[in-house]
Amino acid sequence: MSYDTEFLLQLYRQMVKIRTFEEKAQELFLAGELPGFVHLYIGEEAIAVGVCENLRQHDFITSTHRGHGHCIAKGADIERMMAELYGKRAGYCKGKGGSMHIADFSIGMLGANGVVGGGYNLAVGAALACKLRNEDGVAVCFFGDGASNRGTFHEALNMAAAWKLPVLFVCENNQYASTTPYRMTTAVEDIAVRAQGYGMPARIVDGNQVLEVYETARELIEAIRAGQGPVLLECKTYRVKGHYVGDPELYRTRQEVEMQVANSDPLKHFSQKVIAENGLTEGQLAAVRSEVGAGLERAVEKARAAEYPGHTELFAGLYAESEVQ
Amino acid sequence: MREISFSEATLEAMSEEMERDERVFIMGEDIARQGGIFGQFKGLPQKFGVERVLDTPISETAIVGAGVGAALAGMRPVVDMHFADFITVAMDEVVNQMAKVCYMFGGQCSLPLVLRAPDGIIRSAAAQHSQSLEAWFLHIPGLKVVIPSNPADAKGLLKAAIRSEDPVLYFEHKALFATKGPVPDGDVLVPIGKARVVREGADVTLVSYSLMMNKVLKAAEKLAQDGIEAEAIDLRTISPLDKDTIFASVAKTKRLVIVHEAVKTGGVGAEIAALVAEEMLDYLDAPIIRLGAPFVPVPFSPALEKLVKIEVEDIVKAVQGICQ
Repeated sequence: MSYDTEFLLQLYRQMVKIRTFEEKAQELFLAGELPGFVHLYIGEEAIAVGVCENLRQHDFITSTHRGHGHCIAKGADIERMMAELYGKRAGYCKGKGGSMHIADFSIGMLGANGVVGGGYNLAVGAALACKLRNEDGVAVCFFGDGASNRGTFHEALNMAAAWKLPVLFVCENNQYASTTPYRMTTAVEDIAVRAQGYGMPARIVDGNQVLEVYETARELIEAIRAGQGPVLLECKTYRVKGHYVGDPELYRTRQEVEMQVANSDPLKHFSQKVIAENGLTEGQLAAVRSEVGAGLERAVEKARAAEYPGHTELFAGLYAESEVQ
Repeated sequence: MREISFSEATLEAMSEEMERDERVFIMGEDIARQGGIFGQFKGLPQKFGVERVLDTPISETAIVGAGVGAALAGMRPVVDMHFADFITVAMDEVVNQMAKVCYMFGGQCSLPLVLRAPDGIIRSAAAQHSQSLEAWFLHIPGLKVVIPSNPADAKGLLKAAIRSEDPVLYFEHKALFATKGPVPDGDVLVPIGKARVVREGADVTLVSYSLMMNKVLKAAEKLAQDGIEAEAIDLRTISPLDKDTIFASVAKTKRLVIVHEAVKTGGVGAEIAALVAEEMLDYLDAPIIRLGAPFVPVPFSPALEKLVKIEVEDIVKAVQGICQ
């Protein structure tokens, strides 16, 4: 398949935006600037970007505790994201949510979710809403290999399949469920085989190759939009960073991580490919990196300067309606 | 005023709200083809189609989770839990998702979602089909909890719950479905968060809700024969609690008895007693009394089941004990 330069640069820009955001989040967290926990998406950028480039603004996604990449790929504003990481009023959730709970309802981003496996059924419900309204919207549910062992996986996939709902279930199989290697707690190599038990088609792709993810997701999302029912897409990838920033990573060796990064880093792979095969230049890619980097620096500066929420905001947003109607 | 059953009253509320707003739909187990265990959904699929009255798999987490997702995506779902006991299967969805999203996402969204939960003791349904769990949800900020005691409130509160922008748990006692009472015609809403003084009196305040409210009113009549005038308050909403109505009554009567079918320990009565003790101790002329089930699961045998239920006589005795 041939792609125009602008599209390839867009994929690159989105992946770089995620990578840069995550590297900065790590740096800021280690410097003690960010409260809470931070779970990094580094190494998995190709999945969020490859899938979300196929979505419209009003399509829905649900995300995970490792959700920054999904937010950025769906079009979230990194300034409001960064402010949220700091717990500032200018953040997406006015400082009420933090890294694990960023949402942007204006772009169908129904929220990162602190509960592993908590997003499946929200996506099913959003897809049900699309179906009930006779709209051709789709819902994408991102989840990990660890979450595939939640009971919610079973209930969501069964109900979505039984009702032929427009959902794409995207498994990011990054080999680790928190600190436990995936194969230690799961008897099958591929999560995708489970789809058969729900009467649902499934596909497996190399989740480190953004064009492979993009092309497969495009085909699946078109079919789902046309009413053919849900699909499970398993993307094989690798979690380059620990479960959270600060994780001592006692469950794997540095060599394993280095080998994975050397062989399958999605950004490195994509850069080499587009330069070798599509005629892009290192200069074009460098320009993207520098533009993204400058935007991120501005986001950090603004977030640092922003105000914390005041005590009068403690109860704001608890109910949409006042206590007595 | 015309008299209809509690079940018919909820059906009218559903029907009127579904007619009024096409975003309203209902899903749950055995509701479309069977019409609900208590007949509370009969006729809805014929009127609105099985697209808006959905028979779901036996998948409580999926049903509640999908309710949250559909509400976030702009619908106004009503989710039937079959038995209130089964909410426990979907506790993550209720406590971590449904209750949290509005606040946790900084007020970006509202969550117009109603969970209907038939609760309470009926006909030896035993430990897993008889519970009254409303107090659990009083403890969770972000939820609203309503619990009608009669057909008029059943209709008015369900309509208010469906129109609410906030998530509402609607508990409906299984033994109330067949009971009849006057229900006004038309679009009458009962406000969420407002208790009702059902009977005025100067000697003691009786606070209750749901099925127990009927027993409280019978007890009040008996007490009147002995010269004790009880003021009876039907909470109607458990969360947010209508402190003002309770406090105003206690200020007048100086005595308080709280009655519920749920286990007494950690129950709604405990919260009300604590509020009154904290803020109104000086008004009280007698200790606060709580009547609730003993700390034991609801047993099967009728011989044992009756021992966990509060009866009219229990209420009468408790009041007499503090009104001497």
